[in-house]
Amino acid sequence: MKKIFGKPESLKPAPHLYCPGCGHGIIHRLVAEVIDELGVREKTVAVAPVGCAVFAYDYFNFDVTEAPHGRPPAAATGIKRVLPDRVVFTYQGDGDLAAIGTAETVHAANRGENITIIFVNNANYGMTGGQMAPTTIIGQKTATTPFGRDPKRDGYPLHMCELLSSLEGVAYLERVAVYNPKNVINAKRAIKKAFQNQISGKGFSLVEVVSQCPVDWGMTPHDAIRWVEEVLVKNYPLGVYKDK
Amino acid sequence: MTKTLMKGNIALCEGAIAAGCQAYFGYPITPQNEVPAHMSKRMVELGRVFLQAESELAAVNMVLGASTTGARAMTSSSSPGISLKQEGISYLVGCELPALIVNVQRGGPGLGNIAGSQADYFQATKGGGHGDYRMIVLAPYSVQEMYDFAYQAFDLAEKYRNPVMILADGVVGQMMEPMDLGTQKTESRGQTKKDWVLDGCKNREPRCVRSLLMGDGDLEAHNWDLKKKYDAITKAEVRCETQGLDDAEIILVAFGISARVAKAAMRQARQAGIKVGVIRPITLWPFPEQIIADAARAGRKFLVTEMNLGQMVEDVRLAVNGKCPVEFYGRPGGGLVDQEEMLKKIKEIR
Repeated sequence: MKKIFGKPESLKPAPHLYCPGCGHGIIHRLVAEVIDELGVREKTVAVAPVGCAVFAYDYFNFDVTEAPHGRPPAAATGIKRVLPDRVVFTYQGDGDLAAIGTAETVHAANRGENITIIFVNNANYGMTGGQMAPTTIIGQKTATTPFGRDPKRDGYPLHMCELLSSLEGVAYLERVAVYNPKNVINAKRAIKKAFQNQISGKGFSLVEVVSQCPVDWGMTPHDAIRWVEEVLVKNYPLGVYKDK
Repeated sequence: MTKTLMKGNIALCEGAIAAGCQAYFGYPITPQNEVPAHMSKRMVELGRVFLQAESELAAVNMVLGASTTGARAMTSSSSPGISLKQEGISYLVGCELPALIVNVQRGGPGLGNIAGSQADYFQATKGGGHGDYRMIVLAPYSVQEMYDFAYQAFDLAEKYRNPVMILADGVVGQMMEPMDLGTQKTESRGQTKKDWVLDGCKNREPRCVRSLLMGDGDLEAHNWDLKKKYDAITKAEVRCETQGLDDAEIILVAFGISARVAKAAMRQARQAGIKVGVIRPITLWPFPEQIIADAARAGRKFLVTEMNLGQMVEDVRLAVNGKCPVEFYGRPGGGLVDQEEMLKKIKEIR
């Protein structure tokens, strides 16, 4: 019997311990498939964030290090500058990339660091129990916005693709989602492009993946998927924000 | 032996370059600005990595990334910037990554001033960042030692897979004096083969460098392993200079630039017939506690002198363990200790 579907080599056989309905499992798989297809598993070094995806090294079957909260773009810069022929990427959540690590993100982007960033935006802090993230939308209830995000108190959601699109050093920005098969396929195309850009030396590429976090949102996996489609992507429009 | 007139901060750069430092990441702050400026030219000329980071936080985490590849990497700063680097230092220790961190100390707390100071002794030797850890701390007191210690720091860091700090001060960093570039082997060493580096898993199993250990008992086991390393360092790496201890009735204890003044005060005191000796800890951690304990004999008095309100004096008191009186003379806020004041204090406590 011919095997036509299996785990990518870039994923370890370990079972995922992410919550039921979480988007990380899909996004990990897409990254792993892309790395396999590009044939770069043995020259890849990934930087895990602080947040749910800190456990990325338990799942990815290539070299992985972890950086302090928000610092993956700096750590990745250090790796890539020393080993420019390796494929270096960071995998970061919204708190990591857009709150505590905003400076590292903006400056790595503006330097045009030839790295790839997979940015998972699920509109809250997943690991710590669903607090307000910089990407939490107006009115969204979280563990620290029990009355809903109020811009007068909490400020406004940060739109990272829009913000980074003005920077000269950035090669590629695209926002995708993983709430249905059509979008999953499109997300994989974008992730592949972000890695191809690095391999061909085009410079800083970031893919923002709008993802679901049912447990911290207090929803069923099905409702969470529907909320992404009906609410979240209306606030975070999908599409290409820069393609140099 | 040809002597070269050089500034402390430049000598530090040249020592690191001679040791094969492959990557420097820094951020401007006085009084260490000569370091990034000199490195921006020299490292680029040598085809090595120089990058001016957006912050001290980013710089130390760039060092962390570069170090995971096995490259010899360093950063430098001064006191307020070193506070920001504590996050990265704690992670470097937790991940067991070698690196050189240089602190050309200035006055604090807060933004303080830009004069030389020794107020970061506690921060450097007692942890500084979070968690239960130690770091080898070298205290140069001359331009020559800025060069020598920068050269030696990478070997020490790699031997123990632990960051090493050079705790200099604004005076040592800024002063110029003749030094010898031939004291260390001058060829670039590059990286030795290491079995933990992340450079792509070609022909081997994937590796992971991390400090998060969530499994039951894993972190405690890791910390006990680190403790074994600290014990080995304590046994093997203590460095200390002593002068005139045999007949001393008063022993001055000082590190860094203060020890230069202490040595001068010792000579002056001996001319006046007062038997003074000097103990100069070169490694502030591991601390030369045995040398001090052995010197703590009945009838002697200790005078600790530092450019702070009294920090190393606590470690001296622990080592002396009540066997002799331990006095203190210090100046906080970026003031150089004064030879005449030291002599006055010697006469006062005699």
